[in-house]
Amino acid sequence: MGLVFPFSAIVGQDEMKLALTIAAVDPSVGGVMVFGDRGTGKSTAVRALPGVLPAMSVVKGCPYQCDPGVMSPACATCPGRAAGKEAKVPVPVVDLPLGATEDRVVGALDLERALSRGEKAFEPGLLARAHRGFLYVDEVNLLEDHLVDLLLDVAQTGENVVEREGVSVRHPARFVLVGSGNPEEGELRPQLLDRFGLSVEVRTPTTLAVRVEVVKRRDAFERDPEAFIAAYHKDDLKVRRRIEKGRATLTSVDVSDTMLEQASRLCMALGTDGLRGELTVIRAARAVAAIDGKSHVTLSHLTAVAPLALRHRLRRNVLDETGSTTRVERAIAEVFAV
Amino acid sequence: MSVASAAHEGVDAGAFAASAAALLAVAPRALGGALLRATSYEDGASWAQQFAALLPEATPVLRLPPGVTDDRLIGGLDLGATLATGRPIAERGILSRADGGVVVVPGAERLTARVVAAIASAMDMGSIPLQRDGISAMLDARIAVVAVDDGTDDETVARPLRERLACWIALPPRWRGAAWPLPSRDEIVDARVRYAAVVDTDGRAAEILTSTAMVLGIDSLRAPVQALAAARAAAALAGRLTVSDEDIALAAQVTLAPRATRLPPRADEPPPPPPPDEAPPDRADDAPSESGEETRPLEDQVLDAVLAALPPELLDALTQPQDRSTKESGRTGLEKAGTQRGRPVGTRRGLPRGGARLHVLETLRAAAPWQRLRPAPPGGATVAVRKEDFRVRRFIERAGRTVIVAVDASGSAALNRLAEAKGAVEFLLAESYARRDKVALIAFRGSAAELLLTPTRALARARRELAALPGGGGTPLASGIAMSLQLAEQSRRAGSVPTIVILTDGRANIAQDGSPGRPQAEEDARTSARLVRARGVAALLVDCSPRGEALARELSTLMGGTYVALPVADARTMATVTRAVVERST
Repeated sequence: MGLVFPFSAIVGQDEMKLALTIAAVDPSVGGVMVFGDRGTGKSTAVRALPGVLPAMSVVKGCPYQCDPGVMSPACATCPGRAAGKEAKVPVPVVDLPLGATEDRVVGALDLERALSRGEKAFEPGLLARAHRGFLYVDEVNLLEDHLVDLLLDVAQTGENVVEREGVSVRHPARFVLVGSGNPEEGELRPQLLDRFGLSVEVRTPTTLAVRVEVVKRRDAFERDPEAFIAAYHKDDLKVRRRIEKGRATLTSVDVSDTMLEQASRLCMALGTDGLRGELTVIRAARAVAAIDGKSHVTLSHLTAVAPLALRHRLRRNVLDETGSTTRVERAIAEVFAV
Repeated sequence: MSVASAAHEGVDAGAFAASAAALLAVAPRALGGALLRATSYEDGASWAQQFAALLPEATPVLRLPPGVTDDRLIGGLDLGATLATGRPIAERGILSRADGGVVVVPGAERLTARVVAAIASAMDMGSIPLQRDGISAMLDARIAVVAVDDGTDDETVARPLRERLACWIALPPRWRGAAWPLPSRDEIVDARVRYAAVVDTDGRAAEILTSTAMVLGIDSLRAPVQALAAARAAAALAGRLTVSDEDIALAAQVTLAPRATRLPPRADEPPPPPPPDEAPPDRADDAPSESGEETRPLEDQVLDAVLAALPPELLDALTQPQDRSTKESGRTGLEKAGTQRGRPVGTRRGLPRGGARLHVLETLRAAAPWQRLRPAPPGGATVAVRKEDFRVRRFIERAGRTVIVAVDASGSAALNRLAEAKGAVEFLLAESYARRDKVALIAFRGSAAELLLTPTRALARARRELAALPGGGGTPLASGIAMSLQLAEQSRRAGSVPTIVILTDGRANIAQDGSPGRPQAEEDARTSARLVRARGVAALLVDCSPRGEALARELSTLMGGTYVALPVADARTMATVTRAVVERST
């Protein structure tokens, strides 16, 4: 695969970058759905992600890249193994391409080994490869329904159970699901949307100066990708350090009862179903506070993440054309009364 | 002769088509490719041939067959090789076999959304991930695309593909045989070498092309990026190492003009100011004898050049205010993708007969564990496969339902709250799309029925159509039922299960042939209703008249359908009833 456009060189798209950073700091926010116009480079930010993710420790030799700190009971190889050696590997960002077949997604019997050596071996699929990292599905609305259902199941349980010809395997598969889609090409099922923790809307910049900057950077990258990447290496490192810092301080960030109450009031005002919205607002706000180096969550953090966490959970009012972003902003203004 | 000067001579579509071919040959990847609109197939083929002749020798030029399958497009298991060697061997798809070359797509407006997405992804990444049939590989696919659009007016090439193609070419009739000046293959090879080194001094071309694109109402940022690459290619072709004014103008003419969605403000209006802190300081050392005024004239020149290059049809379209919403929505083949009968969902044990399709890989997988225990097969075959190993593909026939909603938008119905009826329909649409059903929308008013929306899942579009639906006029109920039935049969042929929902107050007063008169109108409506029953299409009639209408009830009986009187248009109740009818019909 070719060289990728650096994360920090992306002009604008602040919401998109914020959402991905939050997910990198606290994967439990549960996935990011990206809606966007054409030509905005929805995929660029996702493909640039590996450049800003801190490396992770894995149990050496574990096919599922288990964390040496937390032995997963679901892993077929790790429990029972004496304290294994550790290795540092990059966080996986796995592309789930259109046309992928189920056997490659969940894993299947390794045909080559079975035929040549008569061994029954499991060949892990993309879900295994994405464990502890990101799984990216471009144009998620075009993916076959049964694959989408499968992904959602695994994303929810954190475990992939394979019962196919000749193999019976369970393995851990915790990943941040990142999907992209364009509402003009078919709507997403609400059940699917609700499973994503955050959603972002990517728009084409409208000011000339910003547009010129985008064109220039794109041009510079295409002319000399190596030099361009080198020029942004330092900035990418800065983002990586922010993520590292955020992860380290995440658990110590305090969420006061007042903040919890504010989040609940906001969700009630918007009429979002269930608790998922509130939980996501709180988690995302905590991650942002951690990235900012703050010891507790403030109203400004809630305000920053509420549109991301809530806009895709609003009940669709067929008679109201108002965009969901506007509705969330309006509710924020009313509830937080700033 | 120079391509650039040829293009400057005026509105000459042929010259632009030639320029586009030359520029594209120099930088096929950066420009993405061409969108070709030709009046005849031969013209399109001839352009593609002339373009291919410019490419370096041994450049692959592959044609995408219509209805291409995933394994032919992306790749998959090579059956012969796998069976012969006893281990999985990958077969490359068209996208990967065209690596370094060009994929020609005839009938590009009919591609399904999935195929479009796969092509677009290969164009962006220059590679294509293959995760199929037990094969995991990343294949190079550095392709350019020539999409040939031979569609009728209402079909256009899907946006994600159009977007990525820099040159939109409307070939003049009888392009074939026309001797347009084209560079030689050697000149192209030279230009390719020079291309990477061409400098855009101070980012001037980037600025002018970006602002020109903005003035022309081209929203996507891919357009100016491609335009800049085109300017670079033009310079390389002319033997220059810096982008000149001429190159910028040509690039704008070839890549931006055909994509204009609005005309620039008139010359006497103040132009948009250039970005404040860019340009001026550098410009001073750049052209010491000229003042900062010089930037404006060039922008104007480029704009003039673009205006001169606008195809007459586009110019007409842009000067006449019109609703571009439907034209802009860029159809994909998504609607047609439903013609697949069911979708594959894994495999089951069974013999490949009676139409069942063998799943080779799973069959091999089933056979694999037993190879040690089985005697070696005769005839030197590598794998011993027995009857019990066979696996066939399973399909789910739940290909989908199509709910056809016919709304009475006549004057009498409008009086009886057309607005609420719209609300009810929207609710229904929301319900249906949530279940991945398709919804079609018909309105009948005045003298005939009108198809507002072909079966779709895009709620946004349905809502737009519905919101714009005017009320008033007669009630051509017969036409409404007839058109619903016609659409129902179409969807059935496409493998979907149709249900007709008619929302009316039952006061038919326009006959099938459009003539007014109550008795004939009612009789025609009865005839249409009987046809619905004869064809066995499930139907629901929602009577929205204040006190229930005898004819409405009668029609629903004739259709063999369900009758519901909803004097108070309650969106939720109506959706529930429809859902019940739809479920029953499947």
